[in-house]
Amino acid sequence: MSDRQPETADLEDAAPEPERVIREDAPGSGVVIAGLRLLASLAVPVIGFFVLYWAFDFLRDQEANRVLLVIVALVVGVFGIFGLYVGMDQVVNRLPENVQEAVRPFVFVGPALVLLAVFLVYPAINTIWISFLDANGENWVGLENYGFVFTDEEMLRSIRNTVGWIIIVPFIAVSVGLLFAWLVDKLRRGEALAKSMIFLPMAISFVGASIVWRFVYSFRPEGFGEQIGLLNGIWTGLGFEPVSWLLEEPWNNLLLMVIMVWLQTGFAMVILSAAIKAVPDDILEAARIDGATETQVFWKVVFPSILSSVVVVTTTMVITVMKVFDIVFVMTTGQFGTEVIAERMIRWFFRLGHDGRGAAVAVVLFLAIIPIMLINVRRFRAEEAIR
Amino acid sequence: MTTSVAEPVAQQAAPGEHKGFFARLWEKWPIKLAVIVVVVIWLIPTVGLLISSFRTKDAVNTSGWWTVLTSPFDFGQWTFDNYDTVLSSEGFGNAFLNSLAVTIPATIIPITIAAFAAYAFSWMEFKGRQIMFVAVVGLLVVPLQMALIPLLRLYSSGANIFGVTVFPDLDLNGTYMAVWLAHAGFGLPLAVYLLRNYIGSLPSSIIESAKLDGATHFEIFTRLIVPLSVPALASFAIFQFLWVWNDLLVALVFLGGTPDVRVVTQALQELNGSRGQDWHLLTAGAFITMVLPLTVFFALQRFFVRGLTAGSVKG
Repeated sequence: MSDRQPETADLEDAAPEPERVIREDAPGSGVVIAGLRLLASLAVPVIGFFVLYWAFDFLRDQEANRVLLVIVALVVGVFGIFGLYVGMDQVVNRLPENVQEAVRPFVFVGPALVLLAVFLVYPAINTIWISFLDANGENWVGLENYGFVFTDEEMLRSIRNTVGWIIIVPFIAVSVGLLFAWLVDKLRRGEALAKSMIFLPMAISFVGASIVWRFVYSFRPEGFGEQIGLLNGIWTGLGFEPVSWLLEEPWNNLLLMVIMVWLQTGFAMVILSAAIKAVPDDILEAARIDGATETQVFWKVVFPSILSSVVVVTTTMVITVMKVFDIVFVMTTGQFGTEVIAERMIRWFFRLGHDGRGAAVAVVLFLAIIPIMLINVRRFRAEEAIR
Repeated sequence: MTTSVAEPVAQQAAPGEHKGFFARLWEKWPIKLAVIVVVVIWLIPTVGLLISSFRTKDAVNTSGWWTVLTSPFDFGQWTFDNYDTVLSSEGFGNAFLNSLAVTIPATIIPITIAAFAAYAFSWMEFKGRQIMFVAVVGLLVVPLQMALIPLLRLYSSGANIFGVTVFPDLDLNGTYMAVWLAHAGFGLPLAVYLLRNYIGSLPSSIIESAKLDGATHFEIFTRLIVPLSVPALASFAIFQFLWVWNDLLVALVFLGGTPDVRVVTQALQELNGSRGQDWHLLTAGAFITMVLPLTVFFALQRFFVRGLTAGSVKG
């Protein structure tokens, strides 16, 4: 924590000067206070950033032991941030009392605002700007990149595929999740265990899940040994010829979607299960006494009362699916007609080095997400209010 | 998840339920069967992966993993060598350390910053409080893809507006710090939103009485608010931890591919590219990337579920 010392000292040197000004005309010092606010909210995070950076840079060049390096990185990263606030608080405590309370909120909020400005607001605006520039982000090309997005064959295929993803994946995952939640709710024991088995894939990374499923789909041409992929094992066991599943257009898209369904069903199931449990028992009993079958109870009583949860789960999943990149990137690297929008963005920006096109794809993605996100946030807030 | 706890009580309370063991087992069998079928389908891919990661190269290549079900005691097929190879010569051991060095600060930093901001938004009076909060939450809409290109440029060459350097050239690409800050920025809107909801709902009487006792805002925050907010902090911490640990995109863009800094997801993706048919190694590598999240999942399931459900609107 030695890094805290220099930074506190720096600001202490700066502090006395405004202090004197305030003592001279204490009542009308609004400008000075505003200046101090600005100083506190901007300078401290920036100074802290440099202290952290210096500490890390110092270590980066050393041929130090990996474990030691990681430990130091952890200490700097974890304690550095808290030290920053302790340091800022100490500085504020040394300010004249009438200024303290005016400055303090900005010490608390400042770092968050600075971080968001640098890492979200500025980049988002800049991305929109870059989307109108050429490959190196230097010359203005107008709407050319957007023209590319909506005419290029691969891009159009990626849009078509993404539309397929956002229709099929949420539909299947929500249906299976809902059905499972409804069934498992009727069991007297084993409910928690069964649910955690379905939910378990949520803990696995998209890359990890892709490996899991690439193994399931793995293929060997006939005569090159036994099939070791489960799907081809079953397929040949049924007497068919082995199939190279991931090359079968357009069905390979469905097989990639299966991975997403496998990952996301647990999420739908957990939320919908909670919603089902919140449906009052006496309503269900009343419906059953009136002679409703279980299917009728489900569609006429349960489903209408959990509809808002279904909408939340579906919209959330649509957004997740829109941004899917890792699965396609690992399974097929976007070849064989499996392109999706988010994967194209990385390809153009990162692999093919065309910043303008990459940015244009990102903007299209952003514009597509906004309306769904707005529905979602509004629903989410309503849910929170009920809870 | 509460039913299993309430079960014994329910059984005693219902006097009519004096059926035998088999009769109870037979009850609702179509539902039980359906549930079991779904669970088995969901588990099979992971089980296959786990089994294969402990089989020798020869065994994996010559027979499907399901054949071990008929010959589990054929000990010649079992081995730990795959893990040995993957951890040392394929660099997964190193990548695991890197993942820790990336993930822990990338979890702590946004939580700390968000908690301070959430406290200020809830319990401090200042101009523009509401507008700032709405602006922060509004940023949930921005997908992180929107930030990648400019941030990469910012890291590598700084930012100049009208010839004035507003952000210096730090050459941050390829450092942990680049990833910490990026993840902190991307996770912040959600963290502020969730923590503000929680911290804002704490009873105002405790904060008022602490103020009367002469506590400063900083003391109130560290001694009262943080201990009281542990459930919310833990939920978000777990969500962010898993998010960062499982992330490939941000690591790929900001860390680059050099073996000394790459994280587990990158290591696995590269192994998949370079040795895509060596299933004995791929399965072991995949399992190494899953060990920690799965442990967190089983150990802290309640927080985990709450964190994931709350975190589902992340941009």
